Amino acid sequence: MSNPAKQSESYEDEHVHAVYEQIASHFSSTRYKPWPIIERFLKALPDYSVGLDIGCGNGKYLAVNPKVFIVGSDRSSNLVRIASRHQPHAVAVADILDLPHALHAFDFAISIAVVHHLSTPERRIEAVRSILETLRFEDGRALVYVWALEQEGSRRGWTEDDEQDVMVPWVMKGSKKGRSSAANGECDGKPAEDQTFHRYYHLYHKGELEGDIEAAGGTVVEAGYEKDNWWVIAKRAKAA
Amino acid sequence: MKVLTLNFLTCARKTCKQNPAAFPLHPKEAELEQIETDINPLFIQNMLPRLDWEAMKTVTNELGLPNLPLETPTAEALVDESSGEPSQTLKDLHSLLMETSVASGKLVCANCGHEYAVKEGIANFLLPSHMV
Ligand SMILES: [Zn+2]
Repeated sequence: MSNPAKQSESYEDEHVHAVYEQIASHFSSTRYKPWPIIERFLKALPDYSVGLDIGCGNGKYLAVNPKVFIVGSDRSSNLVRIASRHQPHAVAVADILDLPHALHAFDFAISIAVVHHLSTPERRIEAVRSILETLRFEDGRALVYVWALEQEGSRRGWTEDDEQDVMVPWVMKGSKKGRSSAANGECDGKPAEDQTFHRYYHLYHKGELEGDIEAAGGTVVEAGYEKDNWWVIAKRAKAA
Repeated sequence: MKVLTLNFLTCARKTCKQNPAAFPLHPKEAELEQIETDINPLFIQNMLPRLDWEAMKTVTNELGLPNLPLETPTAEALVDESSGEPSQTLKDLHSLLMETSVASGKLVCANCGHEYAVKEGIANFLLPSHMV
């Protein structure tokens, strides 16, 4: 049956969710240093703000500011298990399009390197809407961070004329000591080959994220570019 | 999943979120565990005004936990007057909200009846595709 929404969903299942589930512990071991803009946003929050980390991965941003309370969520239960170590925060397995949170209830939300994994413009705008909907009116703020198409300085070297929808390889190096199983990090003693996984990304061009924010009923408060990524701090537009 | 978390979760279905019956989710067949953590008086004091106290009472009652105070405790009630140390109320709240955890079981939406599984302390809100 051709149901475009269902097709995109199963496409993302195969080319995003299944991959993260498999590479979780290796991915996590490479993700420890917070990017400056995200650190600045989290540290500037009033003490004891309550917010969400949507697509929290291994939970590296849960540890940035111990004086806020964050409920993190991710599609990958293997990553959520790793993230659950960050007290006093909370985590759950959830999809960005079906978040288990009350509407208009949170002081802030961050969604870092998540929205670019949705495979159609409609689903990306829906994802942004889903983030914005969790925010309190007036003072709620969301930080959304996505991979940029314009990465001339990176080893990937993409430029604004390149294809925006790409499969990006993730190479897990085979260890000399023994193969490390991605899901649980256990070694089985056998030498291992490198394994390559491919994840789907939509690379954002300049101004595109701002467009998605506005299409989703948000207002851009601040926006910029940081090391191969576009970011926006947004709030909900005033109720009409 | 600590009991506090239940105050920040609803049913994940779009058709439920606007409905008051979707919050709080109701624990079912819950296995509880006590996970010791350091008490953080300022954290609890600042979280209390953010909690839906009625929902908190419902959930702790359904989990068979000791009764919470009828109203949200005030900041004064959290400090022992003579010693300045954490009061018994604060210690009880810490134990109940921060240390008592749902290890496994289900969380049920009273609006649609959908049950979300909790395994190894982590709730799973992924919906089967026919419910999305
Ligand atoms: Zn429901």
